[in-house]
Amino acid sequence: MVENAIVDSDKNASTNRGPKMISENTNVFYGDKQALFDINLEIGQNEVTALIGPSGCGKSTFLRCLNRMNDVIDICRVTGKITLDGDDIYDPALDVVQLRARVGMVFQKPNPFPKSVYDNIAYGPRIHGVGNTKAELDEIVQSSLERASLWNEVKDRLDEPGTGLSGGQQQRLCIARAIAVNPEVILMDEPCSALDPIATAKIEELIDELRMNFTIVIVTHSMQQAARVSQRTAFFHLGELVEVGDTAEIFTNPKDDRTQGYITGRFG
Amino acid sequence: MTDMTTPKAERAATIRRPDLSAARINRRYGAEKRFRAYGLLAIGAAIAMLAILLFSIVSKGYSAFVQTYVQLEVTLTEAEIDPDRTGDPEVIRNANWRKITFESLRAEFPDVKSRSETRQLFGMISGNAPIAVRDYVLDNPDAIGTTASIWVKVSDDIDTFNKGFIDRNLEEDDRRVKDNEIVWFDTLDGQGRVEAKFNTTLFTSGDSREPEQAGVLGAVVGSLLTLIITLVLSFPIGVMAAVYLEEFAPKNRLTDLIEVNINNLAAVPSIVFGLLGLAVFLNFFGLPRSAPVVGGMVLALMTLPTIIIASRAALKAVPPSIREAALGLGASRLQAVTHHVLPLAMPGMLTGTIIGMAQALGETAPLLMIGMVAFIVDIPSGFTDPATVLPVQIFLWADAPQRAFVERTSAAIMVLLTFLVCMNLLAVLLRKRFERRW
Repeated sequence: MVENAIVDSDKNASTNRGPKMISENTNVFYGDKQALFDINLEIGQNEVTALIGPSGCGKSTFLRCLNRMNDVIDICRVTGKITLDGDDIYDPALDVVQLRARVGMVFQKPNPFPKSVYDNIAYGPRIHGVGNTKAELDEIVQSSLERASLWNEVKDRLDEPGTGLSGGQQQRLCIARAIAVNPEVILMDEPCSALDPIATAKIEELIDELRMNFTIVIVTHSMQQAARVSQRTAFFHLGELVEVGDTAEIFTNPKDDRTQGYITGRFG
Repeated sequence: MTDMTTPKAERAATIRRPDLSAARINRRYGAEKRFRAYGLLAIGAAIAMLAILLFSIVSKGYSAFVQTYVQLEVTLTEAEIDPDRTGDPEVIRNANWRKITFESLRAEFPDVKSRSETRQLFGMISGNAPIAVRDYVLDNPDAIGTTASIWVKVSDDIDTFNKGFIDRNLEEDDRRVKDNEIVWFDTLDGQGRVEAKFNTTLFTSGDSREPEQAGVLGAVVGSLLTLIITLVLSFPIGVMAAVYLEEFAPKNRLTDLIEVNINNLAAVPSIVFGLLGLAVFLNFFGLPRSAPVVGGMVLALMTLPTIIIASRAALKAVPPSIREAALGLGASRLQAVTHHVLPLAMPGMLTGTIIGMAQALGETAPLLMIGMVAFIVDIPSGFTDPATVLPVQIFLWADAPQRAFVERTSAAIMVLLTFLVCMNLLAVLLRKRFERRW
């Protein structure tokens, strides 16, 4: 593949049509233990927002609040307010299924369904009533795979199980599966942690392309990755949001000592 | 990424190196060898016991698959069978077949005169023989007026004697086949008129007081009908309960209590379920006694905990990442379960169900309580007909006094085992099918 596209954080492109999601004073508790403390964060439209921080700092927890994936954990409790286009996503009247159709997610470990490549992609559109004819579905599958730059590699093996692909292909399959639903926001929880550098480069390139159409929030342990793909970076530490700002700013001129310490590798 | 490992030679002096002495290695190898030997020993012991079990059953039971027949020269005179030459099967059916059959046997041995000897002679052939002769004539009406050679079954004692299970050298008082019977038998045998044929009766008829007329078909059909009811009730209920408890129910004290009680139910002696069935299904709801429908319901109660526990284990084994993937795409919880979790858990659920069904197939005690232990000759034709099941049939035959039932008991066990093997094969096939879809 092309050794390509360590794209700079070009802030001047697109963006800044106002925040897509806003978190106000979000607290998360697992039972008696508080995992997140008063998180206030704005996620800009058509931007890549990177969440960085040492292990256990709550960045994945925060990410999972954004499409209420924490709901499945019985002991998890969320207070505060998170809005998507101004609508409170924790409003009891809101249908969580619709929320997740608008806020998609890609997980740390590639988790394709043990079905064919085709069915993996077609599953989302099917359950949301998109693509009622075979031709429409075919088109959605192809365009999603193309957008995830996987089409050329799998176009001859759409009937083979998705679990038979390589790790990097599986993760791109999962991204294709997420974008097949056409969500507005895509949440990525360390999408490259299980991948080799080449696959990682492909996915990073992909993330940058997807920014045109989607708002992306990515959790990453790799500061280089955050620097490469994101426009804004938020640094979490011990359940608190320490600092948030333009990526270039955070990495070159952090305001907080803890951020400084983390990005220079002194702790974390 | 940069290479972070730098040689730290200065530290090497203080490092404690692993003990790589030969003694330690030998000890480790010894332990591994011993462990492997224990494993092989355990497997060997298990296989040996299974082999002993199978050998004992087969060696006792194989003789039940043959039945001794004797050829009778039956004089079919028209005057006796159909005096008015009507040709009507009803008339033929009502002829005195007992007399005709016994006369032909007596004709073989003209010197048998006394009443007791005659009774002994007639006792050598099965009570079913006149019916066999009648059926022969009904099938071949042209034979009337001729002398036909018809093969009829011998009685169970003679059959046992022919199979060599009664020692002719014993004192006459100690054996069930008396001296004169042996003489008559030898005479017939010498004329080549005794033959062991495949015992079709064993597979085509129901129970009987006469061993040579007893078969397992009634019990097989009874078992089948009972298991159908068990499966139809316990599989959906068990899977539904497991899915709800595992995927939807909140984890609180109530669900904990339910879980503990399900585990307890799995250990309740099966006879308790039988008593429950007796009290509730028969006495309260007034369902028919001895019927497969009630037996199936009782066995379903008994099987449910097994199926629920196995199904929950299968659901737990589905990686959470699959649920998250589905939920993350905007699938509802029900969709995530029915589209992804359930198909993945299905092989495990089927295995659990088959284990439960195999358990139900071999269950006797609860069925005794609801009357499925009755002596039932007719082959059940529906779920509410009186029926018995294979293990109960085995239990009944094992209890029967006649020597000929010993081999039939073993034969019935073989049939039961075959039934079991077929069920397990079916389970394996089903599992393979479900797994191949992925």
